[in-house]
Amino acid sequence: MTKTTNQKAWYFVVPVVGLVAFNALIPLMTVVNYSVQETFGDNVFFWEGVKWFEEVLKSERFHASFLRQLAFTGMILAIEVPLGIGVALSMPRKGPWVSVCLVLMALPLLIPWNVVGAMWNIFALPDIGLLGRGINALGIDYNFTQQPVAAWMTTVLMDVWHWTSLVVLLAYAGLCSIPDAYYQAAKIDGASAWSVFRRIQLPKLKRVLTIAILLRFMDSFMIYTEPFVLTGGGPGNTTTFLSIDLVKIALGQFDLGPAAAMSLIYFLAVLLVCWIFYTLMMRNEEQ
Amino acid sequence: MAKISLEKVKHSYLAQPAEPEDYALKQIDAEWQDGGAYALLGPSGCGKTTLLNIISGLLVPSLGRVLFNDTDVTKIPTTDRHIAQVFQFPVVYDTMSVFDNLAFPLRNRGIAEAKVQERVQEIAGMLDLEHSLRRRASGLTVDGKQKISLGRGLVRDDVNVIMFDEPLTVIDPHLKWQLRSKLKELHKRLGLTMIYVTHDQTEALTFADQVVVMYDGTVVQAGTPVELFEHPNHTFVGHFIGSPGMNILPCEVENGTVRCAGHTVQTASSGRPRADARKTEIGVRPEFVRFDDHGFPVEIVKVDDLGRYRIVEVRYADQRVKMIVNEDLAIPSETPRISFDPAATRIYADGWVVN
Ligand SMILES: Nc1ncnc2c1ncn2[C@@H]1O[C@H](COP(=O)(O)OP(=O)(O)OP(=O)(O)O)[C@@H](O)[C@H]1O
Ligand SMILES: [Mg+2]
Repeated sequence: MTKTTNQKAWYFVVPVVGLVAFNALIPLMTVVNYSVQETFGDNVFFWEGVKWFEEVLKSERFHASFLRQLAFTGMILAIEVPLGIGVALSMPRKGPWVSVCLVLMALPLLIPWNVVGAMWNIFALPDIGLLGRGINALGIDYNFTQQPVAAWMTTVLMDVWHWTSLVVLLAYAGLCSIPDAYYQAAKIDGASAWSVFRRIQLPKLKRVLTIAILLRFMDSFMIYTEPFVLTGGGPGNTTTFLSIDLVKIALGQFDLGPAAAMSLIYFLAVLLVCWIFYTLMMRNEEQ
Repeated sequence: MAKISLEKVKHSYLAQPAEPEDYALKQIDAEWQDGGAYALLGPSGCGKTTLLNIISGLLVPSLGRVLFNDTDVTKIPTTDRHIAQVFQFPVVYDTMSVFDNLAFPLRNRGIAEAKVQERVQEIAGMLDLEHSLRRRASGLTVDGKQKISLGRGLVRDDVNVIMFDEPLTVIDPHLKWQLRSKLKELHKRLGLTMIYVTHDQTEALTFADQVVVMYDGTVVQAGTPVELFEHPNHTFVGHFIGSPGMNILPCEVENGTVRCAGHTVQTASSGRPRADARKTEIGVRPEFVRFDDHGFPVEIVKVDDLGRYRIVEVRYADQRVKMIVNEDLAIPSETPRISFDPAATRIYADGWVVN
């Protein structure tokens, strides 16, 4: 057999390479470029090496927003994943209510981020918002624009409201794909409801949950619009998450060098966590 | 252990069944004696799995009752019926080891750990799983997984019945043969009632003392393999059991005389078919058709030599008849004529035998 060595097909890939270069590679390299130089405007740059990286990694401000970010992501994952599984488990598997439930679940996902932020802002205002007034009417002093705890709770609640559906839909799809025979076998074997969950449903949900957790991790770790519209990072700096801080440094203070270094660290952190998590989850798959 | 009876059981998967066609089980009356080895034989879609699920309580029948030792269990949940069932495709608990999989039905019922160890070791030994007991069940081949499913069915010794729903479909032929003999041996040793579903007649006939043949949601006949062979109640049984199956030939019955394409045929049926029967046929097995100079003329279509005997296919009018001819008998070359053994030829009206 003779193999033809016609390599012209590669030309078909050129447009895609060009596009990716244009919208991903070039901006990324610009950031890398900024992160190792100092500029005072006028397109004049001075080589700074890893100075910005050292500065960012040592800065308390970065540590604080990084920790806030971790706490936020941890909290919403700890709420959304179990809640999502719970809702998915209690949704009907067949009948006319299936589509009603699915549509209801999908609704929050269709609302743009800034609208969600604005909605919750108004909803939670202590003087005119339904939620804010309601809580105050119960005799609890609640004002998310001034109390850090209230601001945190509102932000977390907003994220839970917006994104639990994603976990629900993924988990529901996973549950629907479990063949009936598994449930029948479990009944024959006398398994309890908990055993069914622990031994059948959870293992079968592993793949979709891995995806759900990764998506929610990445999304929440990079969250910007919703808390920005809701609290603006306040009161004080209490809800200033990483990306809000980044924008403050880059655009507010116009410190392009440190902001670029911070972006890269941020990016690597997301990548690292995703990689570790994925490797751990898939470790046993290939045995 | 118990005798299991089904009384007028009907089942439909539809909410509002109207036509008889809406029922997956049309009307089943059956009895399974304690300690029997039964085979449930029938084509795909005839309702075998549905019937098993009704016995095990995974399904509640639309109508009728299920009795264990004359107590009504129709509404009693699966767990309280003490039943083991093995499904067509392997079901294993992926995250557990093979040992834990086999121990699962016992541990769920709070059996003492010493007894669990003993039972699991015994079953694992029987199924050649001793060496993989510590492995995760998800890593096994399909064969291995199906052995685990079988093992979970066999591990309990207090069950009323063990039901196998085509358990060996996914297993390769050699192992299949081994496992089937093991099941048979186990039945002899433990004396448990076993119901074995299959659509393979050899599998049914080698496993069971009693064969129940189902067709289109009804039990058409239950009996020993010999009974099914010699006295098929329904053309389906005649056709399904035996190799090749029974010859089923259209005929007319007038004043007690049976004619096939104008040739008079003697039969063992003394009764007459009902006047409103839509079709009348005679059924005769290839073993009971012979060349006979006093018979009616046919044309030879095909001869298959199988060594000890030959399968000869002949034709008259537009009908084909298969016959089995021993190797020591000659096949006439000119003007062959055949006749049917009257003692083994019966009339069937709308599929059902006329006695
Ligand atoms: N869950 C279900 N919902 C609706 N109809 C069903 C369901 N299960 C089975 N049926 C129908 O009921 C009839 C009997 O099915 P059943 O599974 O009992 O057949 P079977 O004899 O076990 O066939 P097979 O040899 O293919 O396993 C079939 O017509 C099938 O389409
Ligand atoms: Mg079946």
